[in-house]
Amino acid sequence: MMLSLKDKDRAVIRKLLAAGCCGRCVLRFCCVGKYSSYQQSCEDIEKELLAFLGTDDAEQSHDASGETETGDPPCKKMKLESPGENASAGGAPEPKVQSGVCVACVGVLQHFCDQSYAKQVSDVVRKGEYRFDSLMFAVSLPAQLSVREHSLWLHIKKEVREKSMCLDKEDVVQVKDAFKWAVQGLVGKELGASVLANSAFEVSVGFAHPETDGDCHFLATECPDCFKPTKNKASVFTRMAVVKALEKISDTKFLRHYPCPPVSPSSKCTPLDTTCLHAPVFIAGRYNKFSRELPQTPWVIDGERRMEGSVEELIANPLLTAFKADGFNFCSSGREDVDVRTLGNGRPFAIELLNPHRAKFNRSEMRQLQETINTSSDKIRVRDLQIVTREATSRMKEGEEEKTKSYSALIWTQKPITPADLDCFAKIKELKIDQKTPLRVLHRRPLAVRQRHIHSMSASYLDTHHFTLQLRTQAGTYIKEFVHGDFGRTKPNLGALMETEVDILELDVESVDVDWPPAVPE
Amino acid sequence: MRLVFAMAETHERAPTVIDRYYTRWYKTDMKGRSCEDHCILQHSNRICIITLAESHPILQQGRKIKSIDYRISDGCSRLNNKVSGKSKRGGQFLTEFAPLCRITCTDDIEYTIFSCIRGRLLEVNEDILKRPDLLLDKPSTDGYIAVILPKLEESKTVTKGLLTREEYEDVISKRNTQPQESL
Repeated sequence: MMLSLKDKDRAVIRKLLAAGCCGRCVLRFCCVGKYSSYQQSCEDIEKELLAFLGTDDAEQSHDASGETETGDPPCKKMKLESPGENASAGGAPEPKVQSGVCVACVGVLQHFCDQSYAKQVSDVVRKGEYRFDSLMFAVSLPAQLSVREHSLWLHIKKEVREKSMCLDKEDVVQVKDAFKWAVQGLVGKELGASVLANSAFEVSVGFAHPETDGDCHFLATECPDCFKPTKNKASVFTRMAVVKALEKISDTKFLRHYPCPPVSPSSKCTPLDTTCLHAPVFIAGRYNKFSRELPQTPWVIDGERRMEGSVEELIANPLLTAFKADGFNFCSSGREDVDVRTLGNGRPFAIELLNPHRAKFNRSEMRQLQETINTSSDKIRVRDLQIVTREATSRMKEGEEEKTKSYSALIWTQKPITPADLDCFAKIKELKIDQKTPLRVLHRRPLAVRQRHIHSMSASYLDTHHFTLQLRTQAGTYIKEFVHGDFGRTKPNLGALMETEVDILELDVESVDVDWPPAVPE
Repeated sequence: MRLVFAMAETHERAPTVIDRYYTRWYKTDMKGRSCEDHCILQHSNRICIITLAESHPILQQGRKIKSIDYRISDGCSRLNNKVSGKSKRGGQFLTEFAPLCRITCTDDIEYTIFSCIRGRLLEVNEDILKRPDLLLDKPSTDGYIAVILPKLEESKTVTKGLLTREEYEDVISKRNTQPQESL
C-alpha cells in the first residue's frame, strides 16, 4: 500500500472525504508521516484513497462503492457516505460542497503543491540574484486554518481514538509540514540547491484566504485575553494567539460557536508574494582615521548633514556593493570625536551586512575588498578585514571598560614652560581622576561622577607654550576634559596639575588595546 | 610645519574651549539692577552655563566675597537639586527670573544671581562654596554658577531677550563713556 494506511483509518477517511477534505488533508489526519506520500499528485492520492475504501467496501458489502471506482472526479466525495454513517456523525448538518476547495487547507495542499507552483516560486527567487547552495523553506498560512483544523479534529476524534487510544491532535500532520514535504523538494530541484531545516538563505511563501478570515472572530469574544492589540501587528488574530485560544477553549464552547465540520469555502486561497532573506554576514577589522574633519557616523542635526562622509560609510559602502546587501549596522570598540585621529593598529570594528545577496568571499577576495576600501579614500585605512560569526563580535565589547587606550595630545599652556617643567609627568602612575559627565555629552547621558585611571603619562617639549602629552588610560576616560578641566568638573585636571591654564589643540588615539579581531597575515 | 608654532611666535592664542563650543549670551542690568550683568554660555548641544559677566560689580577691582548661598528661601535650596537618568528627571525647573544663589561681598552688599533662561537645573557649582576665589579668578570657567538644560523645543527661543557678545560690548562701552548718572 503506497499510502501506508491502516484498516482502522477507513472510518476517518470516509468522514473526512464527506466533510470536504482534500486527499493530502485526509493523509494528514490519518497521521501518515511518510514524506513521499504527499509528493504524489492530488488526483493520485484521492484515487488511491477511493481504491482503499473500495477494497474494504468490496470485502464487507456490495453497495454504492462500485460507482466510485468508475473514474469519477475524486472530489465528489458525498457519494461515499452511506446514510448510516451520516447518522452516526452526531447529526451534524451535511456540508454543501460545490467548489471542491478543501475545508481544511482551503486549497493550499490542493493547488500549490505542484511543479508549476514550484517553478513560479523559483522564478521569483532567481530574480533576486542571490548566491546560495542551500535554502530553508518557510510558509505562512492564514491563522484561521488552525480553527478549521480544530473543528475537523473534533469531528473525527472518536474515530481516530478507535484506531489508537494514544493518538492525539498533536499527531495530526500539520498543513505546514505536509506542504513543505510536497513542494520544497521541487523548489530545491528547480533552483539546484539542497533544502535544509537550517540554512542562512530563507525562501518564504505564504497564503491568504480573506473569505474565511472571519473564522477566528468568535475566539476574541470567548478568550479576550489571548487577543491583546500590539503595536506592530496589523491584526490581533496572529497564528500564535489563535493557537493559544484554541488550547484554552472547551470543546462544548467551541462547538456552540463554530460548525463541525467547517463550512466549505467557495474559493481557494491566494498565494502571497514570495520573499527571500539571507541571514546577515558579519565583517570585522580595524580602522585608522587620518582626518580631523571626519565623523565616525553620519553627523546629522535637525535632519541636515553637518559634514560630508563618515568612517562607517567609507568602510561600509564598498562592502554593501560587494555583498549586495540591503543595509548595515556599524559597531566599534568605542569611538573618537570628529576632530580626533585614530592611528597605530587602529580601532576594532564590526559591520553587520543585512540581507546580503552574496555571502561567501575567500581570503584573497577579502584582501581585494580591503584594498578597494583603502584606495577609495585617504581619510581612513582598514586592516585585518575578515568575515566573522555574530557570536565573535561580542568579544569586541567584552570588558570594554577594563581595556587600556593610548593617546597623544598636543597641549597649549598659558604660562611659558621649560623642558624641566615636564619631568613631573613620568613620575605620575595610576592617577585617579573624578570626571563628572562632560558638558558636551551631558544632554544625552546621565549626570554622574566616574572615577577613571590614568595609568601613565609622558611629555615631549615642543616650545615655550606647547608640548605633546602621551597618555595610557583606562577606556572611558575623557581626555579632552582631563586636559582643559571642563569648567573644573574633572578633578584633578592637567591645568590644576601644572598650575596654569592649558588647552588641548589636537588629539590622536595611538592604540586601542582590544585583541580582537585576530590579525590577518598579509 | 604645524600651525601652532606660528602661533607660539606671535603669542596669539588659539580659540579657547568656550570660543570653540559655546555661544556667549548676556543679560545686562538684571532685574533693573545697574551693572548686574550675567553671561550665559550656550553649548551647541543646548546646555547652558550661567556665569557672571566680567562687568558684574562682584568682579570689579578689589572686591572680596564673604559668602555664597544657594539656599534661596526657607523652603528651597538649589543644593538639594538632584537629577537622574538620561532625561534628568527630578531637576528643579527654572524660569528666567528664578534666583540661583545670593552672593555677599565683604562690604555686606548682597547680589542675587538669576537663571536668565528657562530650563531644568542640572547642577550648581559647589566648588565655589569652599573656594569663593574661583568665582573671582575664573568667573567664566571654574567659577561658573550653574548648569541648565533648556527644553528641546525651546532651545532655539530660550536666548530671545538676551544680548549677543557684540550688543553686550556696545552696552558696556556706552556705559563707560556716559558719566554715571546719579540714581
